[in-house]
Amino acid sequence: MISAAELRAFLHRLPGVDEVGAGERAARLATRSIKTSAKAEAIDLAISMVDLTTLEGADTPGKVRALCAKAARPDPLDAGVPRVAAVCVYPDRVDVAVEALKGTGIGVASVATAFPSGRAPLEAKLVDTRAAVEAGASEIDMVIDRGAFLSGDLLKVYEEIVAVKDACGDAHLKVILETGELVTLDNVRRASWLAMRAGADFIKTSTGKVSPAATLPVTLVMLEAVRDFRAETGRQVGVKPAGGIRTTKDAIKYLVLVNETAGPDWLTPEWFRLGASSLLNDLLMQRRKLTTGVYSGPDYFSQD
Amino acid sequence: MVFEYAPAPESRDVVDIRASYGLFIGGEFTDGHGDPFKSINPADETVLAEIATANAADVDRAVKAARTAFDKVWGPMPGRERAKYLYRIARILQERARELAVLESIDNGKPIRESRDVDVPLAAAHFFYHAGWADKLGHAGFGADPRPIGVAGQVIPWNFPLLMLAWKIAPALACGNTVVLKPAETTPLTALLFADICRQADLPPGVVNIVTGAGDTGRLLVEHEGVGKVAFTGSTEVGRLIARSAAGTGKKLTLELGGKAANIVYDDAPLDQAVEGIVNGIFFNQGHVCCAGSRLLVQETIADELLDRLKARMATLRIGDPLDKNTDVGAINSAEQLERIRALAAVGEQEGAERWSPPCELPERGFWFAPTVFTGVSQSHRVVQEEIFGPVLSALTFRTPDEAVAKANNTPYGLSAGIWTEKGSRMLWTAERLRAGVVWANTFNKFDPASPFGGYKESGFGREGGRHGLEAYLDV
Repeated sequence: MISAAELRAFLHRLPGVDEVGAGERAARLATRSIKTSAKAEAIDLAISMVDLTTLEGADTPGKVRALCAKAARPDPLDAGVPRVAAVCVYPDRVDVAVEALKGTGIGVASVATAFPSGRAPLEAKLVDTRAAVEAGASEIDMVIDRGAFLSGDLLKVYEEIVAVKDACGDAHLKVILETGELVTLDNVRRASWLAMRAGADFIKTSTGKVSPAATLPVTLVMLEAVRDFRAETGRQVGVKPAGGIRTTKDAIKYLVLVNETAGPDWLTPEWFRLGASSLLNDLLMQRRKLTTGVYSGPDYFSQD
Repeated sequence: MVFEYAPAPESRDVVDIRASYGLFIGGEFTDGHGDPFKSINPADETVLAEIATANAADVDRAVKAARTAFDKVWGPMPGRERAKYLYRIARILQERARELAVLESIDNGKPIRESRDVDVPLAAAHFFYHAGWADKLGHAGFGADPRPIGVAGQVIPWNFPLLMLAWKIAPALACGNTVVLKPAETTPLTALLFADICRQADLPPGVVNIVTGAGDTGRLLVEHEGVGKVAFTGSTEVGRLIARSAAGTGKKLTLELGGKAANIVYDDAPLDQAVEGIVNGIFFNQGHVCCAGSRLLVQETIADELLDRLKARMATLRIGDPLDKNTDVGAINSAEQLERIRALAAVGEQEGAERWSPPCELPERGFWFAPTVFTGVSQSHRVVQEEIFGPVLSALTFRTPDEAVAKANNTPYGLSAGIWTEKGSRMLWTAERLRAGVVWANTFNKFDPASPFGGYKESGFGREGGRHGLEAYLDV
């Protein structure tokens, strides 16, 4: 185990992030022009990376089943469309999703640990996690204790992740940093390293419940972190921007960012995910435009 | 997965290059009487157009046209009226931005991303900025009613053809002068398109005159006795000749010459952004930048890590068709410049430096040079001392801030410098001691019309841009 002082010293020795420079780099990569065959490839890749998400208090079993049907067959008229990576739901809807997705190979991700605020006793968070895993979730999206992080109690954040990782068993652990509450890119880099050292399989930007959610500069810094972490430790960690990614154009910007920052090794659903809901329909619309040459309206794609 | 970007070329249809171009004198395109020359596309060596050469009589005609316009129209015109023309030119530059950017990339070889996002918007910004000054010169700190000089003779380089034109013409016109400008012989096309923009803006004939030709035409222009102000951007070698010819004539002179800028990276620097800054510092515009950060000075404790990161980043640079929107590094501007870069890089190897370039395929036709970094070099190597004006970086190390400053200043040049550190006090301490006209901190190659630009020592004298830049075009 690491001591509080060691952890703090380690995280504060990481090179700083210049906000202006990181913003410029992300903005420049966003001007890449991805057209024709590259665009077609990117759209299919993006679809296969989507964690199709519904995280509403009003979620019903019916709604989750509808989402699962969409996940397995995003475009019923075109069997060439890849399936999405996973469906992401609240813990008490995991059983419905597992049942609906049986045999599809699509993962079931569950948020846990008192999502989205994370303001609950550790015991409650662990119960939450175990319940989701027992119901069949293959991936757990936990939130960190941002209050502890911002107050400097880094060890508490670390130990919680270690405990949740342990409760996950074989399920993959995605650690949500909620970068909109961490605010600075220095914090994003430190939180990324903290989560990776604590055992995260993935680091994820946001819950989607706080604005701003995923942004390009934040994702850039996280991609740099996973790149550097692998160079140092040999272990590869995935990245998942979530929230606010709504258009194909946005999704392609993220793929370019991955390609030119962490590199092609991350360009698979195993190592990069897009947490989104409305994005999928835009990807499908753009895909049909590329294959048929004409735009079809939003009414030709199911609203789930 | 390997994510290949499909070609994304910007369309050439927006530009209409004529087979031949004359000289723009007194508001009209007229024949030149020297031997015409050809401008080629450095990316594929195709001939773009035949360009007239101005001989002594042509230059004389241009200066007289400028003098007449100064005496009769532009000089007496109130500043607020001159401003209207400058605003109009600025707006037309924006309206025709795509045309200008494509033409610039074709004639110069620079990536369309840069001509589109840097050269053309900044050129327009210079006209907007100086339009604002035209009726406020009495508040610029040069007296209540500072007077213009008369005719300005301006000679500009090939690295930022339209932008350097804007740096020269906008302040000259704002202050009430008229100009005769000679663009570089390898990149005259955007200047000639600018002539068309002057007509579109109804600028009175003779206020802007453009004479094309090689070094001889430039010499005739700066030595012409009707020219009251000489402005030159280019090599230190030619700058010396101009300074000699202007000496004792009473002509006002500003020179913006070469550089060998140090980019200092302390061990507490934001590393990823420093790497970007180093890349931007030396590979922006193929390194054809007088203020390029061509000497990397990195603190020894992080040298290996930084160089590893730099090389990894260099391997992602996309080199090729300047008109492709995804190109990062375009073509070297001319065969002559390519030869010079190759020769100096060869010297670097002979002197024992370690040369590294990322694996990259260069197009067969045209002038190309892979991004290159030299390590294992010292202050006494020629690649460290001489301006290469190409995508070639020399990486040196230092141990203490004093040593960094000493090495940074140990050059006959002094145009720009960069500092990378998260510590504000060290940043300011270093900036105070650097003998360079521009010092960037945690960034590089940032330009703004409100910020004066110019050099120390053999990088020239006088400032361009900002309030300070007005002085060069006022009789003060």
